[in-house]
Amino acid sequence: MRTYLLRRCLYMIMILLGASMLIFFLYSLTPGDYVDNNMNLSEQRKAELREIHGLDRPIIERYINWMANIFKGDFGYSLAQQRSVIDLFQDYIWNSFLLAVVATFFTWFFAVVIGVLTAYKQYSLFDTLVMIGIFAAMSIPSFFIGLFLIKVFAVDLKLLPPGGMITTGSRAVGWEYIKDVLHHMLLPVAVMVMLGVGSLTRYFRSNMLDVIKQDYVRTARAKGLKERSVLFRHALKNAMLPAITLVGFELPGLFGGSIIIEKIFNWPGIGQLYMQSFTVRDYPLLMGFTMFIAILTVIGTLISDILYHTSDPRVRL
Amino acid sequence: MKSLLKINNLSTHFHTEAGPIKAVNDVSFRIGEGETVCIVGESGCGKSITAMSVMGLVEGPNGRVVNGQILFDGKDLLQIGKEELRRIRGNDISIIFQEPMSSLNPVITIGKQIMEPLMLHQRLNKKQAYARTIELIELVGIPRAEQIASSYPHELSGGMLQRIMIAIAISCGPKLLIADEPTTALDVTIQAQVLETLRQIKEQSKMSMMLITHDLGVVAEMADYVIVMYAGKIVEQGGVVELFEHPKHPYTRGLLKSKPVIGQRLEQLYSIPGQVPNPLELVESCYFHDRCESCLPVCHTRQPQLKKSGDGQQVACWLYEEEAQYE
Amino acid sequence: MSIPTTTTHTARARSPVEASSSLWRQSIRQLSKNKLAVSGFIFIIFMFLICFIGPLFSPYADNKINPAMMHKPPSMKHWLGTDLLGRDVLTRLLQAGRISLTVGLASMALSMTIGTILGIISGYYRGIVDQIIMRTADLLFTIPGLPILFIMGALMSEWKVPTDYRLYLVMLMLSIIGWPGVARLVRSQMLSLREREYMQAAVVLGLRDRRKLFHHLLPNVFPLLIVIATLSIGGAILSESVLSFFGLGVMPPTPTWGNMIDAANNVIDFEKRPWLWIPPGLAIFLTVIAINLFGDGLRDVLDPKQKK
Repeated sequence: MRTYLLRRCLYMIMILLGASMLIFFLYSLTPGDYVDNNMNLSEQRKAELREIHGLDRPIIERYINWMANIFKGDFGYSLAQQRSVIDLFQDYIWNSFLLAVVATFFTWFFAVVIGVLTAYKQYSLFDTLVMIGIFAAMSIPSFFIGLFLIKVFAVDLKLLPPGGMITTGSRAVGWEYIKDVLHHMLLPVAVMVMLGVGSLTRYFRSNMLDVIKQDYVRTARAKGLKERSVLFRHALKNAMLPAITLVGFELPGLFGGSIIIEKIFNWPGIGQLYMQSFTVRDYPLLMGFTMFIAILTVIGTLISDILYHTSDPRVRL
Repeated sequence: MKSLLKINNLSTHFHTEAGPIKAVNDVSFRIGEGETVCIVGESGCGKSITAMSVMGLVEGPNGRVVNGQILFDGKDLLQIGKEELRRIRGNDISIIFQEPMSSLNPVITIGKQIMEPLMLHQRLNKKQAYARTIELIELVGIPRAEQIASSYPHELSGGMLQRIMIAIAISCGPKLLIADEPTTALDVTIQAQVLETLRQIKEQSKMSMMLITHDLGVVAEMADYVIVMYAGKIVEQGGVVELFEHPKHPYTRGLLKSKPVIGQRLEQLYSIPGQVPNPLELVESCYFHDRCESCLPVCHTRQPQLKKSGDGQQVACWLYEEEAQYE
Repeated sequence: MSIPTTTTHTARARSPVEASSSLWRQSIRQLSKNKLAVSGFIFIIFMFLICFIGPLFSPYADNKINPAMMHKPPSMKHWLGTDLLGRDVLTRLLQAGRISLTVGLASMALSMTIGTILGIISGYYRGIVDQIIMRTADLLFTIPGLPILFIMGALMSEWKVPTDYRLYLVMLMLSIIGWPGVARLVRSQMLSLREREYMQAAVVLGLRDRRKLFHHLLPNVFPLLIVIATLSIGGAILSESVLSFFGLGVMPPTPTWGNMIDAANNVIDFEKRPWLWIPPGLAIFLTVIAINLFGDGLRDVLDPKQKK
């Protein structure tokens, strides 16, 4: 197990190095940065700014500096916002996290329950309807469904706010504040659940279908257990096992936010920050964000791997 | 002897794209209190499906009991509700399956799996159920019961797991124990031990047993009464001594002949020629006719009925029907 | 229990002796029993037909700017209303469909070609070549797709790529994101196929490398490729729409479903003129769902191991 982990970590670092190069050179290829695009600056001031931020150095040197800083936990300095990227992340990340955690929880909950029931009632009308629903969910363009729901629920019915995290100008605290946030969360969470629940339900359904054919499920029935405990205790426990590895893959989504959803719903999260920075070509922040997601992805994969090897009593290393 | 289980005209069919498969075809027999009845036949003859029909566990959306009565203690198991049947399963009737390795849940400890029916049917609390579990594990002949109770199935051998299956099956003191090829998947040496355990338990508890096997050695060891099945039908049944001494049906005779006898060396072991017929292609006939050594013209076109022949023995064969000889 | 299980198995298992043509025919027959897949297929054909033929019959196909007809809601004359330049929305929707479907098909074809070739090379030669290709694939998996697409879209804008060419670059971008998945699958298939007896027999016979590759291996990965190809068209259409919606993909005046929804970025269009942006959204949704249903049906038939 030890050598395995060591090898994995080494490989992880190599992949991240590769990713950092790709990200850095891709962004630095793009002509026109924040300094270039800013009309308010004089030529002299621009040159000064370039020197301060090292933008006039050779590209390799800039890359090395950037990488070295990332190792120190410094993701760069946002020119547009005049703050360090890490500070900005800290302001926005928890909003993203809140949205993502709630959405992930409901996605898993619905996926497990529906997955189990459809597997139990395979080929029934209910199963077919759910299957169609799953395909529908997997085929929705996320930005469109977001817009559509805003149009219906916020613009036409005026039931829910069209976007944001709190009512503009609201100074509510305590319970009122929580209620306000929940009210604003409803639509984006609903969309995120809708988008995620399809493939996950399918996954649980197929796992359950495999499991309920197993001999031990027949044994559980032969013991006279109630169908509910047969399904949710004996079968689900086995069907959940491979799903544990998915937990790691959720990691980038939990902290990285969702660019499209946050943009559409104007949610003050990290994805929204990314889109904002995009319009002003604030490269340090854009690079920092992409690198951050890449790191989360690699760590998530590692977690999945470890979970896979520790969760099943049969395959422990 | 009072009957505990009485099966009348049971038929279980599977519907496939190619047509219905009559897995169990008009089968009737009885099991008396404290009696051990063995059902013998090649794989695919419907013996396991008979057992699953009794348990109400015929699987899949395609399989269904289409006809008959299963009277257990005077109650027709096919008529009572699902809920009532569930309360009988694992409590009054319990079953042991062929594959101990896959029949226990791999992610739940052995102890919990034994405790489950105790808490459900006997309404024991956790502590009582655990105490009883330890007793049961010791009863089926496994030492270090506490350690076993906290281990997972993959940590035990096949023979041990089958004993655990027996422990689960007898935990609620069932009136009928169905054992579906309980020793087939085990090593030969382990087979004898597991059978011995089964016999001891049966003698102590006076329960009835339906033992399904293709191994005539097991039949000779365990059975009071024997039922021979072929292609979904009973072809012969009778007391174990009569049946072994005077087998009537050519299929039974073939089975007995193909059993190796120790000390008797033959050039070649006898085997019944031909193959089990495709269940989809069965037409009105004696299903055994194309493998039968003494086949009559009538065997191709008409099905023989199970009739009394001799002392309590019954056989379905035209050889023993006088009218058939003249046709 | 063995009667029913064994018979159904033998009924379904295909004998390897059967000629491949009958295998295809059998697959098609099996597929035609899947109602969802068939309706998906019919819808895809329908969508292609009306998008490519429909505009020919439209009196508004020239897209002439008509200030008198700006922002008219749906009517008998303009079934889906008109846009800010007085153009017929239905006609534009169909013309956009041409582009969106073409982008989907073309980027699928491109990523399939790249992925298959790299996957085969990787799986066949292994060693250092395999390492380079697969590590690149890993890299592209590690970096999230959307930011990459966004950067590439921004690159195009900064380099002032003419709008006509953007279309082709978008196809290329989507295939850069798409090939690693294909390459991985093809490679893993290759690795398992390599070990089969007939490949070893081919080695014993001393067949040349290339012949071995194309005569023995391609036919075996082909069914799998068809399935991935079908499903990836849907993915490509979705990605294109996201990019174009954010103004980083195909740009007006070339219409695509994605940049038509861009109308929703304007508050008044969004609130008061839903006919501008809801129809293209529904068109994407229905097309992609049809593709997914059909692709899933194909998978059941062509790749039974994956069937779940």
